[in-house]
Amino acid sequence: MYQLNSVTQTYERRGQIVTALDNSDLTIPDNDFIAIVGPSGSGKTTLLSVLGGMLAPSTGDVMLDGESLYDLSVEERTALRGRKIGFVFQSFNLISWLTARENVQIPLMLSDKTAKQQEDRAMEMLDRVGLSDRTDHRPSEMSQGQQQRVALARTLANDPQIILADEPTGNLDSETRQQVMSYLNEFHKDGRTIVMVTHDAETAAFAHRTIRLVAGVTNEIAMARAA
Amino acid sequence: MKLRHMIWKELWQRPTPMLTSLLAVTLGVTALVAIQNITVFSERKIAGDMESLGANVLVLPPSVTLQDYYGADMHGHTMPEEYVTRLALARLPGVENLAPKLCVEADVDTIPVTLTGILPKSEFQAKASWQGLGMLGNAVGSDRGCCATAADTGEADNDPNSLATTRTIAELGDRDVILGRDLASQLGAKIGDTLPLLGEDFIVLTVLPSTGTIDDGRMFAHLHSVQDLSGAGPVVNVIEIMACCEDAAGGLITNLSAELPETRIVTIAQVVQTQIAVNGLMSRLSWVFLSILLLVGGASIASVMYANVTERRKEIGTLMAIGASRNFVTQMFLGKAAVLGLAGGAAGFVVGTIVAAVLGPQLLGIHVRPMPMLLGVGMGTATIVAVLASLLPARRAAGLDPCLVFNDA
Ligand SMILES: Nc1ncnc2c1ncn2[C@@H]1O[C@H](COP(=O)(O)OP(=O)(O)O)[C@@H](O)[C@H]1O
Ligand SMILES: [Mg+2]
Repeated sequence: MYQLNSVTQTYERRGQIVTALDNSDLTIPDNDFIAIVGPSGSGKTTLLSVLGGMLAPSTGDVMLDGESLYDLSVEERTALRGRKIGFVFQSFNLISWLTARENVQIPLMLSDKTAKQQEDRAMEMLDRVGLSDRTDHRPSEMSQGQQQRVALARTLANDPQIILADEPTGNLDSETRQQVMSYLNEFHKDGRTIVMVTHDAETAAFAHRTIRLVAGVTNEIAMARAA
Repeated sequence: MKLRHMIWKELWQRPTPMLTSLLAVTLGVTALVAIQNITVFSERKIAGDMESLGANVLVLPPSVTLQDYYGADMHGHTMPEEYVTRLALARLPGVENLAPKLCVEADVDTIPVTLTGILPKSEFQAKASWQGLGMLGNAVGSDRGCCATAADTGEADNDPNSLATTRTIAELGDRDVILGRDLASQLGAKIGDTLPLLGEDFIVLTVLPSTGTIDDGRMFAHLHSVQDLSGAGPVVNVIEIMACCEDAAGGLITNLSAELPETRIVTIAQVVQTQIAVNGLMSRLSWVFLSILLLVGGASIASVMYANVTERRKEIGTLMAIGASRNFVTQMFLGKAAVLGLAGGAAGFVVGTIVAAVLGPQLLGIHVRPMPMLLGVGMGTATIVAVLASLLPARRAAGLDPCLVFNDA
């Protein structure tokens, strides 16, 4: 469970103070599926970075499962991220010179799994996203939808409790968008917490809750029908 | 998959800029290995010469300068053979033997050869005036002042092959000829063959074992035959004095100069002195080359590494987002640098050894062998330089802000 208490994030740019998050309070219970919408520059990515333990807010604190995220050292936060949090990116962020399987193996390698464990788990995850026949392909040899599915398999590799997704369908056509969202929906049904930034109302409709960010201020705009 | 697999795969992804930057490092190691290799073997050769010839002294016509001990007779200047007699009569302490030589150009069936006239020991004993000097078979000189050395084991050298090792020979007929190993194979001649030389027929007495010196390329005949047939008259190019030990040789120089003031007296130490100086200079230069090229190489590795970090920012950010520690990122770049350093060092060793193997015989007439120690030195220095040059780029990579993974779309 996430708890943001009076989180403010300001950036200084050319002498001007930009407030990306303005005194935000937000609680995200376990197994929530939350969509964050809002115009460009409203602070969505900043919020996701703060949740991901990658950006210490200017003021306020962030609790994850009762632990103050930014009281941990950088190394501890990195380790925690590898263990508990998975990311999905708009542009997939696969490593271009590694195969699909090797990409999925990275988080497993980083958490010190043996070669055998890495390979078995990677194959299992690729199979889950329907790519067991593409394990030895490089990202450049796959379609956008397939690349995002490899990224989903990588996200799932260490069985994270939380998935943070920044515009996961932003680069996809409507058909593959549908496919990726149904996978995210499945991951949610596995019991994971999903926080997803999106521009697209149709994509946001998959979530339980929608938070609208305007100029760094969070507004709860919709609580979806009960799952 | 492990970190090293990732490093290896990434390296082969775009190897060209890395390999280019390695060139300077490789060249540095090449220069070091080649020069050190040649220097070490040259010094070994000098040490070998000193050990086998250390006590020897050359008596030369005054205008001669020497580069190579074994080429002491190949300068065209002559002096009267009578000096040999004078030396023998002087009975200088420490003199074990005298070997006058006269070197002339000749042809064997139109093949040009270097014919060297030498005087066998028997010749000294044959001359009545000298025989009186001989005590207990010691033909010339005297045992006074001599330390006990193997040089005194004297009469075992009835074997004509002794010319190759002790540089003297006991017996040599008027029309006998002795061939160096290389010349023998060039002429296709073997023991017992007849060779036409200076208008006479000579019989091949023996073919000398290979010595690795220019002696391998020449032929030897009786000094007086060479003098008569070439029309040179009673002259020699050099008188080599086999002194019985180095201590004796020390005082010997003064005695010799007094006895033959119109000659130049040269010790083997003086002959090799120049080469020793050159070797020392080369050895020091090789370190200068290495330092300069390693500096250049280090700078070029650093700049390529910086570029590599910049172009991989997103990749690094992604790795950090999914749990890669700063330490991991640092190791990824330093590991790559280490691989490059090891490869550059090994390549430099191979190229340098080949260069030494080609140039050694040509420049200094020495044969070199690979020196494994230099492989260690080369790989070690190259690796240290590559890693040091990559420290700052790796630090920059590890300091990247993982938030950058969200930037752009
Ligand atoms: N690293 C940064 N330095 C300075 N300003 C930034 C930085 N990141 C974001 N901002 C500013 O903070 C505001 C929120 O940005 P962001 O969180 O990326 O919004 P969104 O993802 O909703 O488009 C914007 O005005 C943006 O220009
Ligand atoms: Mg954004």
